[in-house]
Amino acid sequence: MSVGLEHYLVLSAILFAIGLYGALAKRNTIAILLCIEIMLNAVNIAMVAFSRYVAPQQLTGQVFAIFIMAVAAAEAAVGLAIIMAIYRQRGTVDPTEIDLMKR
Amino acid sequence: MALDIAFWLLAVVSVVAALAVVLLRDVFRAALSLVLWFVTVAGLYITLSADFLAAVQILVYVGAISILLILGIMLTRDVQRGSPTNKLRVPAFLVALLFLGTVGFAVFNTPWEISAVEPTTPTTAALAGKLFGETGYILSVEIAAVLLLAAILGAIVLAREK
Repeated sequence: MSVGLEHYLVLSAILFAIGLYGALAKRNTIAILLCIEIMLNAVNIAMVAFSRYVAPQQLTGQVFAIFIMAVAAAEAAVGLAIIMAIYRQRGTVDPTEIDLMKR
Repeated sequence: MALDIAFWLLAVVSVVAALAVVLLRDVFRAALSLVLWFVTVAGLYITLSADFLAAVQILVYVGAISILLILGIMLTRDVQRGSPTNKLRVPAFLVALLFLGTVGFAVFNTPWEISAVEPTTPTTAALAGKLFGETGYILSVEIAAVLLLAAILGAIVLAREK
Protein backbone atom coordinates (compact mmCIF):
# COMPACT_ATOMS: atom_id res chain seq x y z
CA MET A 1 0.00 0.00 0.00
CA SER A 2 1.56 3.27 -1.07
CA VAL A 3 1.49 6.30 1.19
CA GLY A 4 -1.79 8.21 0.97
CA LEU A 5 -3.95 10.75 2.76
CA GLU A 6 -4.74 8.41 5.68
CA HIS A 7 -1.03 7.98 6.52
CA TYR A 8 -0.51 11.71 6.86
CA LEU A 9 -3.73 12.17 8.85
CA VAL A 10 -2.82 9.38 11.30
CA LEU A 11 0.73 10.76 11.68
CA SER A 12 -0.74 14.21 12.33
CA ALA A 13 -3.14 12.75 14.93
CA ILE A 14 -0.29 10.86 16.67
CA LEU A 15 1.84 14.04 16.86
CA PHE A 16 -1.16 16.08 18.09
CA ALA A 17 -1.86 13.47 20.79
CA ILE A 18 1.78 13.58 21.93
CA GLY A 19 1.58 17.37 22.14
CA LEU A 20 -1.76 17.20 23.97
CA TYR A 21 -0.34 14.81 26.57
CA GLY A 22 2.67 17.07 27.08
CA ALA A 23 0.61 20.24 27.34
CA LEU A 24 -1.62 18.65 30.00
CA ALA A 25 1.03 16.79 32.00
CA LYS A 26 4.14 19.03 32.10
CA ARG A 27 5.10 21.13 35.12
CA ASN A 28 7.17 23.73 33.29
CA THR A 29 5.42 26.54 31.44
CA ILE A 30 8.07 26.68 28.69
CA ALA A 31 7.68 22.92 28.12
CA ILE A 32 3.93 23.45 27.80
CA LEU A 33 4.64 26.14 25.18
CA LEU A 34 6.85 23.66 23.26
CA CYS A 35 4.02 21.10 23.32
CA ILE A 36 1.53 23.69 22.04
CA GLU A 37 3.90 24.35 19.11
CA ILE A 38 3.85 20.59 18.41
CA MET A 39 0.04 20.63 18.36
CA LEU A 40 -0.13 23.62 15.97
CA ASN A 41 2.36 22.05 13.55
CA ALA A 42 0.55 18.69 13.65
CA VAL A 43 -2.60 20.47 12.51
CA ASN A 44 -0.57 22.10 9.72
CA ILE A 45 0.53 18.67 8.48
CA ALA A 46 -3.14 17.60 8.22
CA MET A 47 -4.02 20.85 6.38
CA VAL A 48 -1.25 20.42 3.81
CA ALA A 49 -2.11 16.72 3.36
CA PHE A 50 -5.75 17.63 2.61
CA SER A 51 -4.54 20.31 0.20
CA ARG A 52 -2.29 17.78 -1.59
CA TYR A 53 -4.71 14.86 -1.86
CA VAL A 54 -8.25 16.33 -2.00
CA ALA A 55 -7.83 19.61 -3.95
CA PRO A 56 -4.28 19.64 -5.40
CA GLN A 57 -4.84 22.64 -7.70
CA GLN A 58 -6.53 24.98 -5.20
CA LEU A 59 -3.87 25.24 -2.44
CA THR A 60 -6.46 26.42 0.12
CA GLY A 61 -5.03 24.14 2.79
CA GLN A 62 -1.58 25.64 2.31
CA VAL A 63 -3.01 29.16 2.66
CA PHE A 64 -4.61 28.08 5.96
CA ALA A 65 -1.27 26.61 7.07
CA ILE A 66 0.42 29.98 6.41
CA PHE A 67 -2.18 31.77 8.56
CA ILE A 68 -1.72 29.18 11.33
CA MET A 69 2.05 29.87 11.21
CA ALA A 70 1.46 33.64 11.56
CA VAL A 71 -0.89 33.15 14.52
CA ALA A 72 1.50 30.61 16.11
CA ALA A 73 4.36 33.11 15.88
CA ALA A 74 2.23 35.75 17.62
CA GLU A 75 1.22 33.18 20.24
CA ALA A 76 4.82 32.20 20.96
CA ALA A 77 5.92 35.84 21.34
CA VAL A 78 3.06 36.83 23.67
CA GLY A 79 3.25 33.56 25.63
CA LEU A 80 6.96 33.95 26.29
CA ALA A 81 6.46 37.59 27.31
CA ILE A 82 3.79 36.51 29.82
CA ILE A 83 6.10 33.77 31.18
CA MET A 84 8.93 36.34 31.52
CA ALA A 85 6.68 38.75 33.43
CA ILE A 86 5.45 36.00 35.79
CA TYR A 87 9.00 34.68 36.31
CA ARG A 88 10.26 38.15 37.19
CA GLN A 89 7.44 38.75 39.68
CA ARG A 90 7.16 35.33 41.32
CA GLY A 91 10.43 33.54 40.47
CA THR A 92 8.82 30.36 39.19
CA VAL A 93 7.73 28.79 35.90
CA ASP A 94 5.73 25.99 37.54
CA PRO A 95 2.07 26.29 36.44
CA THR A 96 0.90 24.56 39.65
CA GLU A 97 2.39 27.50 41.62
CA ILE A 98 0.99 30.18 39.31
CA ASP A 99 -2.46 30.25 40.93
CA LEU A 100 -3.30 33.96 41.25
CA MET A 101 -6.71 33.46 39.61
CA LYS A 102 -7.68 30.53 41.85
CA ARG A 103 -7.76 32.60 45.05
CA MET B 1 9.04 4.33 -4.30
CA ALA B 2 11.34 7.08 -3.06
CA LEU B 3 8.52 9.25 -1.71
CA ASP B 4 7.18 6.37 0.42
CA ILE B 5 10.60 5.65 1.93
CA ALA B 6 11.03 9.37 2.65
CA PHE B 7 7.61 9.48 4.33
CA TRP B 8 8.30 6.50 6.59
CA LEU B 9 11.75 7.79 7.57
CA LEU B 10 10.38 11.26 8.35
CA ALA B 11 7.38 9.79 10.21
CA VAL B 12 9.57 7.65 12.48
CA VAL B 13 12.03 10.48 13.17
CA SER B 14 9.24 13.00 13.83
CA VAL B 15 7.39 10.72 16.28
CA VAL B 16 10.64 9.94 18.14
CA ALA B 17 11.57 13.65 18.27
CA ALA B 18 8.10 14.63 19.50
CA LEU B 19 8.26 11.95 22.21
CA ALA B 20 11.69 13.26 23.20
CA VAL B 21 10.24 16.79 23.56
CA VAL B 22 7.55 15.45 25.89
CA LEU B 23 9.57 12.91 27.87
CA LEU B 24 13.00 14.54 28.37
CA ARG B 25 13.38 16.18 31.79
CA ASP B 26 15.95 18.75 30.62
CA VAL B 27 13.97 21.57 28.98
CA PHE B 28 16.96 22.67 26.89
CA ARG B 29 17.36 19.20 25.34
CA ALA B 30 13.60 19.11 24.76
CA ALA B 31 13.89 22.41 22.85
CA LEU B 32 16.75 21.00 20.74
CA SER B 33 14.71 17.93 19.80
CA LEU B 34 11.84 20.30 19.00
CA VAL B 35 14.17 21.95 16.43
CA LEU B 36 14.85 18.48 14.93
CA TRP B 37 11.08 17.91 14.87
CA PHE B 38 10.49 21.21 13.00
CA VAL B 39 13.03 20.08 10.37
CA THR B 40 11.22 16.75 9.89
CA VAL B 41 7.93 18.64 9.46
CA ALA B 42 9.58 20.68 6.70
CA GLY B 43 10.62 17.37 5.10
CA LEU B 44 7.03 16.13 5.32
CA TYR B 45 5.91 19.32 3.52
CA ILE B 46 8.38 18.52 0.73
CA THR B 47 6.94 15.00 0.35
CA LEU B 48 3.52 16.70 0.06
CA SER B 49 4.95 18.91 -2.75
CA ALA B 50 4.50 22.08 -0.67
CA ASP B 51 7.92 23.59 -1.41
CA PHE B 52 7.14 27.16 -0.33
CA LEU B 53 5.70 25.99 3.00
CA ALA B 54 8.80 23.87 3.63
CA ALA B 55 11.01 26.93 3.15
CA VAL B 56 8.75 29.01 5.41
CA GLN B 57 8.84 26.24 8.03
CA ILE B 58 12.66 26.29 8.06
CA LEU B 59 12.82 30.11 8.14
CA VAL B 60 10.08 30.79 10.70
CA TYR B 61 10.23 27.77 13.01
CA VAL B 62 13.81 26.45 12.81
CA GLY B 63 15.17 29.98 12.42
CA ALA B 64 13.04 32.29 14.54
CA ILE B 65 10.65 30.54 16.92
CA SER B 66 13.23 28.02 18.19
CA ILE B 67 15.63 30.89 18.98
CA LEU B 68 12.80 32.65 20.85
CA LEU B 69 11.97 29.49 22.84
CA ILE B 70 15.63 28.75 23.69
CA LEU B 71 16.06 32.37 24.81
CA GLY B 72 13.01 31.94 27.03
CA ILE B 73 14.50 28.76 28.53
CA MET B 74 17.84 30.52 29.18
CA LEU B 75 16.12 33.41 30.96
CA THR B 76 13.87 31.26 33.18
CA ARG B 77 16.15 28.32 33.75
CA ASP B 78 15.18 25.99 36.55
CA VAL B 79 18.07 23.52 36.39
CA GLN B 80 17.34 21.54 39.55
CA ARG B 81 13.71 20.86 38.80
CA GLY B 82 13.87 20.45 35.03
CA SER B 83 10.50 19.66 33.52
CA PRO B 84 8.78 16.98 35.63
CA THR B 85 5.25 15.76 35.02
CA ASN B 86 2.43 16.83 37.31
CA LYS B 87 0.00 14.56 39.13
CA LEU B 88 -2.42 14.56 36.18
CA ARG B 89 -0.09 12.34 34.14
CA VAL B 90 -2.39 9.32 33.88
CA PRO B 91 -5.60 11.28 33.05
CA ALA B 92 -3.65 13.32 30.48
CA PHE B 93 -2.39 10.10 28.89
CA LEU B 94 -5.95 8.74 28.78
CA VAL B 95 -7.26 11.97 27.20
CA ALA B 96 -4.54 11.86 24.53
CA LEU B 97 -5.29 8.17 23.86
CA LEU B 98 -9.03 8.92 23.62
CA PHE B 99 -8.32 11.75 21.17
CA LEU B 100 -6.11 9.48 19.06
CA GLY B 101 -8.76 6.75 19.01
CA THR B 102 -11.52 9.18 18.00
CA VAL B 103 -9.52 10.79 15.20
CA GLY B 104 -8.26 7.42 13.96
CA PHE B 105 -11.82 6.08 13.88
CA ALA B 106 -12.99 9.17 11.95
CA VAL B 107 -10.07 9.00 9.49
CA PHE B 108 -10.56 5.33 8.65
CA ASN B 109 -14.36 5.52 8.37
CA THR B 110 -14.61 8.56 6.11
CA PRO B 111 -14.74 7.96 2.34
CA TRP B 112 -12.15 10.59 1.28
CA GLU B 113 -12.49 11.89 -2.27
CA ILE B 114 -8.90 11.58 -3.43
CA SER B 115 -8.25 13.72 -6.49
CA ALA B 116 -6.16 12.15 -9.26
CA VAL B 117 -4.91 15.56 -10.48
CA GLU B 118 -1.18 16.19 -10.17
CA PRO B 119 -0.37 18.91 -7.58
CA THR B 120 0.85 22.35 -8.59
CA THR B 121 4.64 22.73 -8.65
CA PRO B 122 6.22 25.12 -7.84
CA THR B 123 3.62 26.48 -5.45
CA THR B 124 5.08 29.95 -4.79
CA ALA B 125 3.39 31.82 -7.66
CA ALA B 126 0.07 30.03 -7.15
CA LEU B 127 0.16 30.78 -3.40
CA ALA B 128 0.91 34.46 -4.07
CA GLY B 129 -2.09 34.58 -6.40
CA LYS B 130 -4.24 32.98 -3.70
CA LEU B 131 -3.02 35.30 -0.92
CA PHE B 132 -2.89 38.63 -2.74
CA GLY B 133 -5.21 38.10 -5.73
CA GLU B 134 -8.57 39.75 -6.38
CA THR B 135 -10.61 36.74 -5.27
CA GLY B 136 -8.13 35.52 -2.68
CA TYR B 137 -7.46 36.08 0.99
CA ILE B 138 -6.13 39.66 0.90
CA LEU B 139 -8.38 40.83 3.77
CA SER B 140 -7.13 37.98 5.99
CA VAL B 141 -3.53 38.85 5.10
CA GLU B 142 -4.08 42.43 6.24
CA ILE B 143 -5.81 41.27 9.44
CA ALA B 144 -2.82 38.97 10.08
CA ALA B 145 -0.52 41.98 9.74
CA VAL B 146 -2.54 43.88 12.37
CA LEU B 147 -2.50 40.78 14.60
CA LEU B 148 1.31 40.51 14.38
CA LEU B 149 1.69 44.24 15.17
CA ALA B 150 -0.61 43.92 18.19
CA ALA B 151 1.23 40.78 19.35
CA ILE B 152 4.64 42.48 19.13
CA LEU B 153 3.41 45.57 21.00
CA GLY B 154 1.77 43.37 23.62
CA ALA B 155 4.92 41.30 24.06
CA ILE B 156 7.03 44.45 24.54
CA VAL B 157 4.57 45.89 27.07
CA LEU B 158 4.39 42.60 29.01
CA ALA B 159 8.12 41.88 29.10
CA ARG B 160 9.30 45.44 29.84
CA GLU B 161 10.85 46.24 33.20
CA LYS B 162 8.56 48.41 35.26
